[in-house]
Amino acid sequence: MHAIEKIMARAAGEKEVTTGQIVNCRIDIAGINDLYLQTVRSFEEMGGIKVAAPDRVIVFFDHYAPASTIIQAENHKHFRTFCSQQGIEQLCDVNCGVCHQVLADRGMSGPGKIMVVTDSHTTTHGAFGAFGTGVGATDMGVILSTGSLWFRVPEIIRINLEGELGPGVSAKDLILHIIGKLGADHAVYKAVEFCGPLLKRLSISERMALCNMTTEMGAKTSYIQPDDITFDFLREKGVEKFETFFTDPDFSYAGEYNFNATGLTPRVAAPHSVDNVFPLEDYAGTRIDQAYLGTCTGGRVEDIASAAKVLGGRKVHPEVRFLVVPASKDVLLEAMAMGHIQTLVQAGATLVSPGCAACLGTHQGMLTDSEVCITSANRNFPGRMGDTGAKIFLSSPASVAAAAVAGEIVDPSPYFVTGRPL
Amino acid sequence: METQFIGRAFTFGKNIDTDQIYPGRFVELTREKDIARHAMEGADPEFVKQFKAGDIIVASTNFGCGSSREHAAITLKAVGTACIIAESFGRIFYRNAVNLGLPVLVCPGVSQHIDKGDELSVNIETGLIKDLTTGKDLHAQPLTGYPLKILSAGGIKTLIREKRTQRH
Repeated sequence: MHAIEKIMARAAGEKEVTTGQIVNCRIDIAGINDLYLQTVRSFEEMGGIKVAAPDRVIVFFDHYAPASTIIQAENHKHFRTFCSQQGIEQLCDVNCGVCHQVLADRGMSGPGKIMVVTDSHTTTHGAFGAFGTGVGATDMGVILSTGSLWFRVPEIIRINLEGELGPGVSAKDLILHIIGKLGADHAVYKAVEFCGPLLKRLSISERMALCNMTTEMGAKTSYIQPDDITFDFLREKGVEKFETFFTDPDFSYAGEYNFNATGLTPRVAAPHSVDNVFPLEDYAGTRIDQAYLGTCTGGRVEDIASAAKVLGGRKVHPEVRFLVVPASKDVLLEAMAMGHIQTLVQAGATLVSPGCAACLGTHQGMLTDSEVCITSANRNFPGRMGDTGAKIFLSSPASVAAAAVAGEIVDPSPYFVTGRPL
Repeated sequence: METQFIGRAFTFGKNIDTDQIYPGRFVELTREKDIARHAMEGADPEFVKQFKAGDIIVASTNFGCGSSREHAAITLKAVGTACIIAESFGRIFYRNAVNLGLPVLVCPGVSQHIDKGDELSVNIETGLIKDLTTGKDLHAQPLTGYPLKILSAGGIKTLIREKRTQRH
């Protein structure tokens, strides 16, 4: 069996599970986002009166943090009442940040757990060896009612990462490259595991970016075998108890791929699809109106540090809005302590409170017709950040920062080559 | 559960994401009749004017990819979609649709054979799709197992409610 199958088997109380089998798994962490008051409605429509396991439920106000319309405020209010009535103590209000980052910051993402959030990017938690998957509101209503949920055991594909990432080239460039090669529907209904010598050297932050983006290949979940980097991270968060699962040597994958990062140049996903990936240089010179650094994909301390390296001593282009949105309060505090926020704001960045912000086109940096945005986020669908006539380019945090300075898409690599003047 | 539908086809291409099916800025809406007003707005602003209850959506691969927003399934159910046939579905959308009792059928190659406006007869138990306009027959993967059980109950809310009643 694969480690993912062992995690599912443990949660379902089965000795063994096989691909295609339907299993009912006990959910270790059930996260609800503020977008989906429907979760509460569905729970009530199912006849729910008392939440089955309130201590395993966590509610996040992240997509509307803070509320920007009366309806959003009303939805938040309903959630606060629901949590208080149901004894759900883990309510992350508007000052906390994006669900996936908050779960990582609090040491709640960890090996062997079944983590289900009403957010499609819950695949992120594969970075810690968890089974993380996104569900809709009514599936979450089932979890609130019963504490468990049914899953089909997925086929699993493995992506081996080799070589070295060059200066100014990041895990985000690599995963965009991979999605460009494999396609936006390559992993539909499947799980994606990352392995290989390069993967073993990547930080938790980079691993989270990889696993997060597997959603854009259609993946149900993702997985990275926990190692010393994972264990060090968990130790720092004060987490000592967890169960790590290992894949049996005779496990047969549904597909195996090799990607070598040596020589890879920065990438962009051009409008309007995440698999519409090209070398960034193909779009060099494209004028931008907005640069958006943030989200559960590219709003961590390392991402902000990389932007600060680019912006240090420079100014944001006068015709560009440069939005910086730390993924969580902890990220913001750490980036402040390191002086990065000071650097970025002095350079002309607009600092937005931790949360999803403009990513899904509800507030805090929406685009109008024909505007162009480059972002470290994960989606460039038509209308994703507002008007369907706006154009979104997905890139690494470094490329976002470099474009913010230049006012156009530009290769960020020169900022990262030591000893080479710009 | 009704297993046989006759309706007009509304066709879409590949990777129709949930932002196109239901734009993010309307996710704050919670009443079904409000949600119904924005169906497919990001893909085709004329959709709600032309689509009639009982019509059928036909799409290429990865229909409903992207966000987990159940609004995408709610809006298509609310406008009266009889069923959705696609070459593949985004997995969260697929689950959401089944949970709401909205039939979804996987039919490889379907987008090559059906044109907008074709009249279709669809049997979700056998997977047989008859294009009454062209006379062509297509075979979708029939729904089976737990998803069929959920659909047959009219959605998962009914199933959970029934289980709850049996326990007490």
